[in-house]
Amino acid sequence: MRPTDLLHTSAFRLTLIHLLALVVSVAAVFAFVYWSTTGVIARQTDQTVAAEVTGLGEHYRRFGLGALRAVVRERSAHQRRSLYLLATPRGRILAGNLDKPPDFAPGAAGWLDFSYARPAAGGIRTHAARGRLMRLPGGFLLLVGRDIQDRAEIEDRVRGIAIWAVVLTVLLGLAGGLIISRNVLRRIEAIDRTGREIMAGDLSRRVPVSPRGDELDNLAGNLNDMLARIEGLMTGLREVTDNIAHDLRTPVTRLRGRLEAVLRGPDDVSAYRAALEETLVEADAVLATFNGLLEIARAEAGGDTAAFGEVDLAAVARDVAELYEPLAEEKGIAFSVDLDAPARVRGVPELLAQALANLVDNAVKYTPAGGSIRVGLQGGRITVSDTGPGIPEADRGRVFERFMRLERSRGLPGNGLGLALVAAVARRHKAGLALADNRPGLKVEFTLPVGDDPGR
Amino acid sequence: MRILVIEDDREAARYMANGLAESGHTVETASDGADGLALALEGGFDVMVVDRMLPGLDGLSLVEEFRRGDRTTPILFLSALSAVDDRVKGLRAGGDDYLVKPYAFSELLARVEALARRRDPAQGEMHIAVHDLEIDRLARRVTRAGIRVPLQPREFRLLEYLALHAGQVVTRTMLLENVWEYHFDPQTNVIDVHISRLRAKIDRDFGEHLLHTIRGAGYCLRAPD
Repeated sequence: MRPTDLLHTSAFRLTLIHLLALVVSVAAVFAFVYWSTTGVIARQTDQTVAAEVTGLGEHYRRFGLGALRAVVRERSAHQRRSLYLLATPRGRILAGNLDKPPDFAPGAAGWLDFSYARPAAGGIRTHAARGRLMRLPGGFLLLVGRDIQDRAEIEDRVRGIAIWAVVLTVLLGLAGGLIISRNVLRRIEAIDRTGREIMAGDLSRRVPVSPRGDELDNLAGNLNDMLARIEGLMTGLREVTDNIAHDLRTPVTRLRGRLEAVLRGPDDVSAYRAALEETLVEADAVLATFNGLLEIARAEAGGDTAAFGEVDLAAVARDVAELYEPLAEEKGIAFSVDLDAPARVRGVPELLAQALANLVDNAVKYTPAGGSIRVGLQGGRITVSDTGPGIPEADRGRVFERFMRLERSRGLPGNGLGLALVAAVARRHKAGLALADNRPGLKVEFTLPVGDDPGR
Repeated sequence: MRILVIEDDREAARYMANGLAESGHTVETASDGADGLALALEGGFDVMVVDRMLPGLDGLSLVEEFRRGDRTTPILFLSALSAVDDRVKGLRAGGDDYLVKPYAFSELLARVEALARRRDPAQGEMHIAVHDLEIDRLARRVTRAGIRVPLQPREFRLLEYLALHAGQVVTRTMLLENVWEYHFDPQTNVIDVHISRLRAKIDRDFGEHLLHTIRGAGYCLRAPD
């Protein structure tokens, strides 16, 4: 990744915004510190200077120039940080501790920032000062000031620290931003790379998930779930196509063979007719298999979420039971229906009915005369139990596979897709599907989540 | 009956037209949507058979366009799409029935004839009589030769459907769809057993049989000749 790319990332842009806010707040903090320390001192100094100059002016008005001069002289002698100057209108110094009047415009009065020379160890140093200049009646000048050299130095230092703090904040912020962006980018790039590999055809690839469990890991986890679903659908699709190819080829070949054999045989209308009728039956069987495979694929794909709605399982079970009850009775099988209260689930009614019909159909098919079948519902669990031969435990996992027919079903009608469809409908509804021993017979339990929303 | 067949597979259309003609109907065919719509708008047909997927104007749009002018000619959709939503879409567009390809000709014929019957005013009547079998749809009461025949609710609906189509062949699939409202084929032929139960109640103890099995097609409730 080039550094310029890094600057264009959203992570870096966010860092910049964050940094700007940080700089503004650092500057605000320093401004506040500045205002609440040196600022307060400066204002206090100004107040005392103003009070002193007013007091001295009053003294002059009351007692005259001589008295003022005496006071100024006295104060000049005692004070170190206070500066005084009393001068004639022409600038001749009458009293005070300043060597010469500071530079100011003629006629000026009020606040004045100036510098003055002060003797110090190893020579004379120029100090900063601030004072108030007052013009006394008669044109005399009175200046009262304070040495503010220390304060100015503190102010300088605070300002310097503030600037350095901002510079440092910016530098550290930028560095941090680059590091964060790099890290985030590296992980996003990993997701991106996986995406490209998948698009290139390797559906088994997965996005790496770190143990941190943060939002990127959440995203990666969801992407992986999505990929697993897509892979499952793709595998299902491939299986369906393979199965269709395999299982239609056989009967179609047989059908073709029969037609050829008849054509080779003698010209006999009744033989032709019989062959055509058999061919029609076989064509129908091929179509039934084809439809069965398509139905399974459709039930699994779940493309028709629109059909998902609230279903009363009891009503579905009642209707299916009612459809099959005469058939069972005709075979001499006792048929009982034991439906609990209505059970509201979310699902596709048609698919649920078809799955249940397949289960009951199987039960009727395999239960001998004199046996019994029971359709029960409790909560979201539909149970179909019969007293047929049952399914050996070893085979229970396999009977839901497509075209899986056990030895006992040879000779009975069926295309080996009934239970596969049931399994597909169960998967589509996130329902549990279990085979158990009914001692004797088979018990199938189809358990739907009640009051949940499996469609989403 | 005059029947309009709009189907782009000419071979299939020819088989269908021949079959319908053999059954005594007059058939016109169109092989694309635009021609079909033009013919349909000319009017005078008792039933229309429309393929859902046609070149140019597709079947759904054709039917929607045709229905715009309050035209009530019954329409049977033919389609290779068999999902529940596809069926719903077809019926919502204005189709009256939906038959999935491939179909047996007997199924198509039975449905076409049943559709033509739809506009028969008898469909709305509360009292249906077939020979000496009388059905009171309001009271859900059935009598044969004046003798009350008690029926289960589903048996009643089965008989009612057969009686509304008296004299016509009704297929097993039609019964499943209209009486049970299922659009899948049960593996075993459960309908036969329901029919024989119904037959035991309405026919067995009476001289002439009204409910007939038509081999390879379905059933027919009809008065003796």
